[in-house]
Amino acid sequence: MSSIFWIIIAGAVLTFLTRIGGHLVLSRFERIHPRVEVALNAVPAAVLTTLVAPAAATADWRGLLALAFAGLVALRFNALTMFIAGAAAIILMRQFS
Amino acid sequence: MDEQIYQRESIPVNAGTRSSQFWEGFAKGLPIMIASAPFGLLFGALAVDNGFSVFEAVLMSAAIFGGASQMVGIELFGQHIPAWLIVFSIFAVNFRHVLYSAAVGRRIGHFKPLQSALSYFLLTDPQYAETEKRAESGKAVTFVWYLGVATPIYVMWVTEAWIGGLFGNLISDPHALGIDMLLPIYFLGLVMGFRKRDNWAAIVIASAVVSIIAYKTIGSPWHVSIGALAGIIVAVIVAKPERARGKR
Repeated sequence: MSSIFWIIIAGAVLTFLTRIGGHLVLSRFERIHPRVEVALNAVPAAVLTTLVAPAAATADWRGLLALAFAGLVALRFNALTMFIAGAAAIILMRQFS
Repeated sequence: MDEQIYQRESIPVNAGTRSSQFWEGFAKGLPIMIASAPFGLLFGALAVDNGFSVFEAVLMSAAIFGGASQMVGIELFGQHIPAWLIVFSIFAVNFRHVLYSAAVGRRIGHFKPLQSALSYFLLTDPQYAETEKRAESGKAVTFVWYLGVATPIYVMWVTEAWIGGLFGNLISDPHALGIDMLLPIYFLGLVMGFRKRDNWAAIVIASAVVSIIAYKTIGSPWHVSIGALAGIIVAVIVAKPERARGKR
């Protein structure tokens, strides 16, 4: 088997461990402390922001404008509308670069 | 806030038949499937471009099922970096799932062991977001509903690796198509979806600032774990759960 095959298998096993591991560790505690609860509620916004912010910081002005536009659209419309608006904005602007 | 969530969970709302639950979940999975399609295709195309066979590209999408980590994996493979370091980078990018896993355990704790194992395998960013939203709306998070969300996303993700691998040359100019910005736009949408939560702005600002600093100093992929940790710490500091509890 090629090295690619083993990289994929090892990567898949470790990825599965990240997906089940947090639960396995936390389920050992009978009740969740309020502060842990606050921390868990903060997880999605905290993690997902780290996937956006560095991309915004390193994007060209067109990318930044598309992100800002999509963010405004998100205030009024659902996620799919927002995504299509943002994607349309960046594709249109890149046509004239 | 905490008590309200648990109260709602302890009174399960009638969730309808199993098939109606599946299609309810399916309807949530569909937009995610469409939004992730460009990345699934792009992954297949770039993987083959970096020396993967079409089979290996499909295997990676099927076994890892995590877009950002797969992109990092093929990127590093193209640079002839030691195998253990590639595996470790995949692990680092996916490390955020530990947090999702810990959080979602509250929502799917009633699944049977095998259902549970399969559900954790399918636990992606949007899957997590949809499960949280479902639980917060007071509707029952059932295994059938969860599979309904995951099925279109997973099946198309694997299929797209195959199609992308076969027709890798169709995307001749990724920059002109804004491919580099589609993933950030998509994740921004998920972030905005949580804006009604307590201290959302403080969390987002802390995560944004720290992740950018970490990205420019320590480098990718560690900005994800470090930035997220900063946002979570800020949430714990500003929340003061005891006082909030006394008021309500």
